[in-house]
Amino acid sequence: MLKLPVYLDSNATTPMDPRVLETMLPYFTENFGNAASRNHAFGWKAEEAVDYAREQIATLIGCTDKEIIFTSGATESNNLAIKGVAEMYVTKGNHIITLTTEHKAVLDTCKHLEKSGIQVTYLAVGSDGLIDLEDFKKAFTPQTILVSIMIANNETGVVQPIQELAKITHTNGALFHTDATQAVGKIPVLVDEMGIDLMSFTAHKMYGPKGIGALYVRRKNPRVKVTAQMDGGGHERGMRSGTLNVPGIVGFGKACEIARLEMDSEAARLSALRDYLQTELSKMEESYINGSVQHRLPHVTNMSFKYVEGEGLIMGVKDLAVSSGSACTSASLEPSYVLKNLGLSDDLAHSSLRFGLSRFTTKEDIDFAIQCVTKAVNQLREMSPLWEMHKEGIDLSTIQWEHH
Amino acid sequence: MAYSDKVIDHYSNPRNVGTLDKSKNEVGTGLVGAPECGDVMRLQIEVDPETHIIKDARFKTFGCGSAIASSSLATEWLKGKTVDQALEIDNMDIVEELALPPVKIHCSVLAEDAIRAAINDYRVKNGLAPIEDKDRIH
Repeated sequence: MLKLPVYLDSNATTPMDPRVLETMLPYFTENFGNAASRNHAFGWKAEEAVDYAREQIATLIGCTDKEIIFTSGATESNNLAIKGVAEMYVTKGNHIITLTTEHKAVLDTCKHLEKSGIQVTYLAVGSDGLIDLEDFKKAFTPQTILVSIMIANNETGVVQPIQELAKITHTNGALFHTDATQAVGKIPVLVDEMGIDLMSFTAHKMYGPKGIGALYVRRKNPRVKVTAQMDGGGHERGMRSGTLNVPGIVGFGKACEIARLEMDSEAARLSALRDYLQTELSKMEESYINGSVQHRLPHVTNMSFKYVEGEGLIMGVKDLAVSSGSACTSASLEPSYVLKNLGLSDDLAHSSLRFGLSRFTTKEDIDFAIQCVTKAVNQLREMSPLWEMHKEGIDLSTIQWEHH
Repeated sequence: MAYSDKVIDHYSNPRNVGTLDKSKNEVGTGLVGAPECGDVMRLQIEVDPETHIIKDARFKTFGCGSAIASSSLATEWLKGKTVDQALEIDNMDIVEELALPPVKIHCSVLAEDAIRAAINDYRVKNGLAPIEDKDRIH
């Protein structure tokens, strides 16, 4: 049965799996203890639950349980990793390399550090959203202490060649951090195999609860340390103080376990559905897929429908929860910086929609989405002066537009 | 963002979408905005040369729901007005009628600009001087 509205915005957040919720519930009520209470059974029970979850999480990413530092989410993890490394390794150097298409939690953290004398190189990506390895190699200086490059992009789903990037980083004597928010639980992410030193991820993008995330911090080869960004009781090996969010951690653990067991079959199912959606929508003229189609998450596609504005399009598909790279407000007339960095012209960036499928997405949902989007695009094109000019063979770039 | 009922109505049932023959002397065409800004409006009027009454008005808009609604409303208001009366349409009237939030006021400004551009196109075609743009902060 089709349930409206259809949710296709799983890059923003995912619904919680009922199995996760069920595991969490006792930890709100009867097992409410503080995991740091060493003197009674309430504390022991909570600690035991946290230890178990830590193992579930560690198993998913192939690390040891001691390498998981719990945080409030990926934004905090990114802040802790980048600021923590910049502070801890200040005597070694002051240069960080990242990408222009990173999430704001990375970019703004880097901008913040620039104010205190850290040098940051923001590397551009190609039209497929991928980093150029030669450019990357050239970006290193003797001062480089950290590289922060995401596994999968939140807007396009494009997956970077992490293994190669980490190898080059280590050759240059720096640490490799990755924002793996969109990737963990969706595609195999193994920290040893990939050469990751620090990794940010969060529960709510993988059918777990909001408000709980983790930073993986390597303990061996090399032993990585980050300076705590919050003072307090010295929890999480002194790297992140604050009473542990036990129910959240329990849910995060369960979410990781389910993801590990179901990832392969889910990825196959979702990529088939995603490809179907993409093929059907591509049947409309002047529709484009943004970013590499070879190196991409299985459940994501970002498409532009030329001559139709994204926000208007979203209004036309009101029973479909998707997001657009267009921001038509006086506060921000700029379309998505990620799409612009792929070299998309502003008008194509304004015409984009992002689809993110989830564990709960059905074929019916996708059929509905295809029907909705096709209808809305056609209707809006009938209403679009740009579409009419295009049909008349007018080259829009030759027109003197009046800018506001 | 939540849209007002009137914006939703104009978006779902846009009035006077279409194209008039721009080669005709009685037709004035205004094309404003830019694709890279995410808003382009084309507004056309057909004027009775005797009475100077706007007999027909048509629009096509590339933009968000508020931009589409602003231009749709503008065509409704233009029909039946004389060219001089049409010049009195103020963007704040559109804001009020559609209950546009502050971030969408630029859509109404664009509609007012489109009206003015269409009227000027008509005036120039018919040997009249264009109306000077009034001072306004965009």
